[in-house]
Amino acid sequence: MADASASGTSQGRKNIFKTLEFDTRLLGMVGAFVLVCIVFNVLTDGRFLTPRNIFNLTIQTVSVAIMATGMVFVIVTRHIDLSVGALLATCSAIMAIMQTQILPGIGIDYGSPLMAPVAILVGLLAGGLIGAFHGWLVGYLAIPAFIVTLGGFLVWRNVAWYLTSGQTIGPLDDTFQKLGGIGGTLGTTASWILGVIAVAAACYGILQARRARIAHEFPVKPVWAEATLMGLSAVLILGFVATLNAYSVPTRVLAREFEARGEVMPEGFTQGYGIPISVLILIAIAVVMTVVARRTRLGRYIFATGGNPDAAELSGINTRLLTVKVFAIMGLLCALAGMVASARLSFHSNDIGTLDELRVIAAAVIGGTALAGGIGTIYGAILGALIMQSLQSGMAMVGVDAPFQNIVVGGVLVLAVLVDIIYRKRTGDV
Amino acid sequence: MVDRSGTPLVEMRDVSVSFGGIKAVDHVTIDLYPGEVVGLLGHNGAGKSTLIKCLSGAYKMDAGEIYVDGKLVDIQNPRDARGHNIETIYQTLALADNLDAASNLFLGRELITPTGLVDDARMEAETRKIMARLNPNFKKFNAPVKALSGGQRQSVAIARAVYFNARILVMDEPTAALGPQETQMVAELIEQLKEQGIGIFLIEHDVHSVMNLCDRASVMKNGQLVGTVDVDKVTDEDILSMIILGKRPEPADAS
Repeated sequence: MADASASGTSQGRKNIFKTLEFDTRLLGMVGAFVLVCIVFNVLTDGRFLTPRNIFNLTIQTVSVAIMATGMVFVIVTRHIDLSVGALLATCSAIMAIMQTQILPGIGIDYGSPLMAPVAILVGLLAGGLIGAFHGWLVGYLAIPAFIVTLGGFLVWRNVAWYLTSGQTIGPLDDTFQKLGGIGGTLGTTASWILGVIAVAAACYGILQARRARIAHEFPVKPVWAEATLMGLSAVLILGFVATLNAYSVPTRVLAREFEARGEVMPEGFTQGYGIPISVLILIAIAVVMTVVARRTRLGRYIFATGGNPDAAELSGINTRLLTVKVFAIMGLLCALAGMVASARLSFHSNDIGTLDELRVIAAAVIGGTALAGGIGTIYGAILGALIMQSLQSGMAMVGVDAPFQNIVVGGVLVLAVLVDIIYRKRTGDV
Repeated sequence: MVDRSGTPLVEMRDVSVSFGGIKAVDHVTIDLYPGEVVGLLGHNGAGKSTLIKCLSGAYKMDAGEIYVDGKLVDIQNPRDARGHNIETIYQTLALADNLDAASNLFLGRELITPTGLVDDARMEAETRKIMARLNPNFKKFNAPVKALSGGQRQSVAIARAVYFNARILVMDEPTAALGPQETQMVAELIEQLKEQGIGIFLIEHDVHSVMNLCDRASVMKNGQLVGTVDVDKVTDEDILSMIILGKRPEPADAS
């Protein structure tokens, strides 16, 4: 008990990243992402980093990123979910059928304001229940998650097929479609307002954390470090908003809108898209999931169980029920991802979400989630999804053949894990 | 020294546990009074850990009763045990390696803010307070416990048991992984806790530690209780022969 641990204050000049308390692994991932972007930008003669492509990249990433946040919890508790793409398809099929067949059948017609919410609610319910059922099989009946979800992969993919008879179902409700694609954006003004609110919230959060530490007389970062953090988050948030706002709606589309209202478009009129609603949904999910992971008992138990299941059990944590909750969350997120994915396509297709399970797992793992359990971050998984999508669409833009695209992505996945292992060995990090 | 005229703090009466066809614990009765340290001895596989895990709620008894303060209690899981102020320091320490000291200390009993979120700052402050008492050298409050030394990890496990006003403490070989200096600190802590009227079950391999720390010793062999003796009234050899041969010492013991 009595060993002197030489840590903390007496190290003299620490490096700048340490003072800012940046997660070095996060920096590594951001670095990798930036590198990918720059390389593709050069290879495509500047077409990769245009507002238009960045806009497309973000809306293409959303569906996988949403599921990746849930996969973090699943993997952290030492499980795996191979069924997320199939579950997405089932939820998407249910939501599509609700809109085209069931709801019109009970008097809620196409265009009714009730249609989208009811369809989504039913989809979420289905996703949550199926997820909880998986969790019950894993937690209470002790069937390995690998087997349960491998079975689920076959079952739900084909339940979706059966429900729709393999047909493409659409068009989906107009309001519903706004949740996924280019049709649903905030516009420039609202995007700026939201950006400013986000910056204010970030600064408030940093201040609040500092105050709490001072109140308990814990060591705090120097003021300049906090200020730098605030400045950095402001630049990132507003830069993101500016980029999405800079992608303007094509003139022909605008002209058509004016025509539809019986007006004439003024000369030189332009309009930016702003933040897509699907990206907002992802951001909201990321915030909620991060709060759950870090600041709630549920999150604490998820990480404790991943770190040492026996210890969690002995601490009075009901690890079986916890497993049900984790898989239920995963199911809910699959439903949300299904909503975004089918809304972006504007219809449900039989192959929706195919291979997404592998993309989602890859995103979580590239984002630093350890398959051994206990370690993982929500933002890492989202960044992982973004890196995967950038690689994929970057290669498509460069004109790499389809088989090579997947070969590269597969190689990158293995390489990313190798780099992570080496990093952990070097730093002695957990 | 210890007043055993009142009601025992804990009494485990006629406890049996079987795994498959094997009787790991076979009709064992032990008790513990306030301010007393009772050592549990026996070979590996004698059933001491199994017996005590019934008290901690980690295992369920097949037969038998547990009384706390003379009242029959039902301990189905670790949460029930904690509800009766029974705290356990497991041999494996039962720490989540990926979490920091405060998260481990409060695991399952987090302090929360009025909004229902975990109050990390307050938990860290409380952890700093209790650590200042138990192990003033402990400084790594923000590192995962994986990064701590064996002694530091032990002190986190002990802090967890002591913090929540334990009345009954179960220590499963608390000094097995410690150096001499750290062992001494655990011994001092046990003395301190005794004075506060806490009853301690101490599972130990080392007969000398038992002679030094315990008031009574209960010896088990092959799942059965060989006997319970007053440590003052027997010698090392007596206890050793109980462990090895399963033979009770010649003079009648105190139980």
